[in-house]
Amino acid sequence: MTATTGTARRRLRVAQGVLPYLLSLPALLACIGILIPFGTAVYYSLQRFRLSQPWNRGMNWGDNYIAFLGDPGFWNTLRISLTYAFLTVGLELVLGLGIALLLQRRTRINNAVSIMLLMPLMTAPALAALMFKLMTNPNFGILSYVAGLLGFPDMRWGASPSTALLTVVMVDIWVYTPFMMILLLAGLRSLPSQPFEAAALDGVPRWQQFWRITLPMLMPYILTASLFRLLDSIQQFDIIYAMTQGGPGDTLMVFQVEAYLTFFQSTNVGRSAALLIILWAITFVLSNIFIKNWLRLRARARGVS
Amino acid sequence: MDHRSLLERWLRGIALALVVVFFMFPILWIVLMSLQTNETILRSPPSVVFTPTLQNYAALISGRLETEAGALDIAFMSNLMNSVILSVGSVALALVLGVPAAYAFARHRFRGSEDIAFTLLSFRFAPPLLVLLPLTLYFQDLGLADTYFGLIWVYQLICLPLILWIVRGYFEDISPDIELAYRIAGHSWWATFRRIALPLAGPGIAAAGLLAFIFAWNNFIFALVLASADKQPVTVGALAFVTASGIQYGQIAAAVVLSIAPTLALALWAQRYLVEGLSLGAVKG
Repeated sequence: MTATTGTARRRLRVAQGVLPYLLSLPALLACIGILIPFGTAVYYSLQRFRLSQPWNRGMNWGDNYIAFLGDPGFWNTLRISLTYAFLTVGLELVLGLGIALLLQRRTRINNAVSIMLLMPLMTAPALAALMFKLMTNPNFGILSYVAGLLGFPDMRWGASPSTALLTVVMVDIWVYTPFMMILLLAGLRSLPSQPFEAAALDGVPRWQQFWRITLPMLMPYILTASLFRLLDSIQQFDIIYAMTQGGPGDTLMVFQVEAYLTFFQSTNVGRSAALLIILWAITFVLSNIFIKNWLRLRARARGVS
Repeated sequence: MDHRSLLERWLRGIALALVVVFFMFPILWIVLMSLQTNETILRSPPSVVFTPTLQNYAALISGRLETEAGALDIAFMSNLMNSVILSVGSVALALVLGVPAAYAFARHRFRGSEDIAFTLLSFRFAPPLLVLLPLTLYFQDLGLADTYFGLIWVYQLICLPLILWIVRGYFEDISPDIELAYRIAGHSWWATFRRIALPLAGPGIAAAGLLAFIFAWNNFIFALVLASADKQPVTVGALAFVTASGIQYGQIAAAVVLSIAPTLALALWAQRYLVEGLSLGAVKG
């Protein structure tokens, strides 16, 4: 009898050992399913490969990457992507922090406003770009009309090289500022109240409380939210493609738009893949920093609650 | 505790009003536009005085647009249907694959578990085109290019990491003692998972599922690259519609309203879950 319970227990233990693998196997397979095309992309990036010239296909090793060094298109792409990412994240951080400070108290109006602000965030970025495209239409767009009233009768928004960046940044701010706001508001509301009470007792002015207490204590949240947005923003495609398809000219050729057009219009698979690998390398570094930060924040939030 | 001056309260009020106007106005304007005919849309200066009409919606739903130049077929309703199929399908698949895996990651520290979890998470941040462009070539070989299944599978790139990481956090918050007690009472592993762990993590699974649905619905680039014309969701369809119909601004506005309505309604209905899910468990709202 002891023998049978022994084997039963052993069987249980074996099952216990296999179980987690069994449970995570589908996720693991999905992981492999993602890694295969990733490997293929690396392989393509080392090839001379145009869809229009299948006979000319062959390995050229690092030539696609070396070609970037003397390629003004590539440097333009890098410059635009970085400008776009830092501009949007910087502005969204300032605005999001400002709005979070406005909404810090739990009043009925503040709660209603913070729920309202979820709506832009839940709008598909591509559709948001479409909405702003209608709003900036030269014939009937309300923003064009307002620009006219303010003394810019010929404001052409996304259609003009001088204002195209401004237009897509505006859409990005409309969609993603609420994300910053939500994270920072949650951070603000989770701060302990004692330091503020002590500072108020000592008669520290409020703007000094903000710089000396609020901002340093909020820093982990600011860092996590900014890194997360930076990761997304440097890869922005939807808003820019839906608004101007990277134009006018090459004004808004950020990485993914450039890679998309290189693949489908110039059918230069090798160059397109190499562009994406460089973008991937940038995001890989950023995402490692982000994940480390985020896990630390998460562990701390767990410890408190 | 209230030592705010009257001036400060006024300034705060004005700032708050500006925030609401900036973030709400585009939605309001597009809704107003969708209720107008092209004649009233093209008036200058723009005016909010008009007789609302539902003809734009009627044209979209019936799929036929009568213009002076002739009738135009609109496939917009099938785009809407595609969005429903793709989003519901991907979330369902992601839940089936992701929840058990999240449970395994939360309960058992096994070899490679962290590596798998991190690989999935880091691909959430990798440029989607990196995976999508090789896939276009593979899909043609595999015969997946024209199927819902192919797209639903690729959508796991968005849904799976989200569900895995959010739900894992919820499982980790449940004390294993409860499950252990139930196991000792003689219930099987499966019964414990189904009757104890799943219900306790229910709110987390709901939050993750909702968020995954919204991200799948709002996705643009996956479908733009991989979906054939008859499988396109609304995000891609609306853009194609603009190109095709050109100057039917009222219908375009109505199409945008119909496309964003589902996610906005979900957002308002389940806002508390969303705030928790959006921060990926980093902060408990």
